[in-house]
Amino acid sequence: MSLSPSLIRTPELDAWIKIHRTGRLTIATGKAELGQKIVTAIATIAAEELDVDPARLTVITAETGVTPDERYTGGSNSMEESGTAVRQAMAHARKRLLEMAALELAEAVGNLIINDGTISGRSNDKRITLWALMGGKSFNYTIDEEIAVKSPDAYRIIGKPVTGLGFAGLVCGTTAFLHDLELPGMVHARALRPPNYLAKLMDVDDRSVRAMAGVIAVVRDGSFLAVCAEREDQVVRAASKLRRLARWDTTERLAANVNIYEQLKSNPRQSLLVVDGVPSDAPVPPQDLGSEQRKTLSATYLKPYHMHGSMAPSAAIARFHETGNLEVWSHSQGVYPLRSALANVLGMAETQIKVTHAPGPGCYGHNGAEDAALDAVLVARAIDGRAVMLKWERDDEHAWEPYGSAMRVEMKAALDGRGKISGLSHDSYSDTQVARPGADGGFSKLLPAWYLQEPVAPPKPQPNRAPHGGIHRNADPIYRIANKRIVKHLVEALPLRVSALRALAAYANIFALESFMDELALADDQDSLDFRLAHLDDDRARAVLEAAAKTANWRGRANAEGAGQGLALAQYKNQKAYAAVVIDLRVDDSGQIDLQRAVIAADAGQVVDPEGLRSQLEGGLIQAASWSLKEEVTYDSGGITSRDWETYPILRFADVPTLETVLIDRPDQPFLGSGEATMGPTVAAIANAVFDAVGVRLRQIPFTPENLRAAAAA
Amino acid sequence: MTNFTLVVNGHNHVVTADPDTPLIYVLRNDLGLKGVKLGCGLEQCGACMVLVDGKAEMSCSAPAGSFVERPITTIEGLGTADDLHPIQRAFMAERAAQCGYCIPGMIISTKALLDKNPDPSEPEIRAGLADNLCRCGTHGSILKAIKRAAREINT
Ligand code: FES
Ligand code: FES
Repeated sequence: MSLSPSLIRTPELDAWIKIHRTGRLTIATGKAELGQKIVTAIATIAAEELDVDPARLTVITAETGVTPDERYTGGSNSMEESGTAVRQAMAHARKRLLEMAALELAEAVGNLIINDGTISGRSNDKRITLWALMGGKSFNYTIDEEIAVKSPDAYRIIGKPVTGLGFAGLVCGTTAFLHDLELPGMVHARALRPPNYLAKLMDVDDRSVRAMAGVIAVVRDGSFLAVCAEREDQVVRAASKLRRLARWDTTERLAANVNIYEQLKSNPRQSLLVVDGVPSDAPVPPQDLGSEQRKTLSATYLKPYHMHGSMAPSAAIARFHETGNLEVWSHSQGVYPLRSALANVLGMAETQIKVTHAPGPGCYGHNGAEDAALDAVLVARAIDGRAVMLKWERDDEHAWEPYGSAMRVEMKAALDGRGKISGLSHDSYSDTQVARPGADGGFSKLLPAWYLQEPVAPPKPQPNRAPHGGIHRNADPIYRIANKRIVKHLVEALPLRVSALRALAAYANIFALESFMDELALADDQDSLDFRLAHLDDDRARAVLEAAAKTANWRGRANAEGAGQGLALAQYKNQKAYAAVVIDLRVDDSGQIDLQRAVIAADAGQVVDPEGLRSQLEGGLIQAASWSLKEEVTYDSGGITSRDWETYPILRFADVPTLETVLIDRPDQPFLGSGEATMGPTVAAIANAVFDAVGVRLRQIPFTPENLRAAAAA
Repeated sequence: MTNFTLVVNGHNHVVTADPDTPLIYVLRNDLGLKGVKLGCGLEQCGACMVLVDGKAEMSCSAPAGSFVERPITTIEGLGTADDLHPIQRAFMAERAAQCGYCIPGMIISTKALLDKNPDPSEPEIRAGLADNLCRCGTHGSILKAIKRAAREINT
């Protein structure tokens, strides 16, 4: 098996590294920098493997035709895929460079050392630099996956604090986000979305808008409506006027009359048994909770639609050249798949399109980035070859981004005479978890395509069959349980648009499983920590759980009026980073939850950039706490009603707990993706702590005072 | 469109714009100060903070014309990569940025806070940043950075 799928796609050494005569090196990754600090990690890995100062490196990221194709930046795969690929590429480059230097310096390879790119030998004081050997030249090798990488004992950089790259620009406001780019002659555009998914544009008398200062064009294609002007303030004015003039047919209504959690149970669906993390076509068996059932318990857990809620609305730039070729700048997580998706809708060859990643605000999955790209292209196509910067507004992002799906998880289990789980059944009901655009044949997952005069409709979602893929991600417990029945249900005809949101279904599945573990333990008067350990064989899982409990001074159930402590554990996708979370909180008389302290213990394999890892884990915890305490996308039959930060509140500084993170470094182990590891454990640890504080079991997100009071009354 | 003068980062700028244009578009597009970020345009997120009369103010809705004779400082006016303001240095030292989109607004709010209260308690810091949202969950590092900045400024 290949070390990384990226090496199969791009085996050429020269695609990953260029050594310049100037003593600088360019390292390429096909992943995009999304704020997760992948650039820092890649630079650190490359610098370590080659023994050069990281300051000599420029890391270039996702750009079609320039960097390797590493598909999407998501799924916590970047370190495992790109990190591993870059390390192997550098190991090969190093070997080749040492062989060349051995000839030049008349020295055996084994006697050579590299110091910041200068190679010297033992027997004489001759030396040569990597750039003198290779400056401007190509390696012309296919990366050999058998070449050994540097042993961790020889590390000089990894394992020590690393200087984060790119911070100066961020704190000075000089980093150019996509939204800040200025191309020569660039004009500005806004797309005007319908009042809801189903509305159709009847007519728009746009004469007064066309006559406005700076307006270049009103673009209409079916129900797609956009306006373009010389200056941004002009287009903002024009868009708000056009919005008042457009008349929409809103006869079709959203299916909001039936509660979403009912729809998840009653709508048509496909149900698949999941065995060892993989969906199968075997018939779904009835529940079997084992022969010896001393106690049985069942519970249903509910998660609403959540938003990505990027800090800036999506944006894109598009420009057509005279040749008919198209250039796009996007903050998409996948520049190559976006190129395919655009080619598909526009009927162009992929080779005619170039997509460059430019930094956007954190996206946490599939937000409006790709849709904005098609919006920009549709406007650019209607004007005269000038670059078009198209930006969504806050309302567009809140109301039109593809949300994380609502979910319903039903758990059932029995305990045997020794207090162990004798059988467990887990049913996850959800819409699809991933609807990322790509080469979708006669279909398109790009929003604007659905509204064209000749629409290109979205494809019907199919069950994700990947191991630990979408709806079944983290449904399979990492605990030792004899009779497991895990079923994923892909539910159809649900009301809102959905796609990949950080952690996918792992968030809801871990919420259910790790809450249920506590319910089982407490129903049998067992300690939550001991109960988990009694079912846990995996030493690395045990280690993070014990480390978190120790750091947080785990005290067990205390019945301390209003003050609670809760813990939870997961290994993301059952194959990535391990994370345990302990939460201390207080609940006041109104049902308001105040997070006080959060402890994370995590094992992400070998640690390259400890600060970067810590910020991914803590950022995940805070975002998951926000989802859990505050967030729910609201809608009625007329459309989405959570359209800004007041109707969709998120966590603020006043709500954030103090944080403490313990990293368990495993220098001899492969990288394990960490960006989504804390989401699930966080929500369950909060629910478990609330139960500890006030004896109320929260099974419905968000944990607002209203939902808490309702749970207390139930 | 009319001409009016804004004082930004210590310089006088004559701008030609509709005075009811929200300040942020004038700062970003006429004066090229792209460190001022648009997050919502609704005065709900704090990404667009600038300093006016020593206070952090949102620039995404208030008309540019209302800032005549009220000197404005943007993130660009605080420091540069070669000459960082202590707050910027503290944010760097704590690596207090993930995507970084919210960070200019955070730094401006911090500046207003520390100018008024050089030695704030943790609750005062949280209250001082109450108008700023961060979706990446960088709050922990930002709080550390603000405490570090306060220490540096006070010593
Ligand atoms: S952009 Fe001004 S407060 Fe959000
Ligand atoms: S660092 Fe991304 S929004 Fe704050």
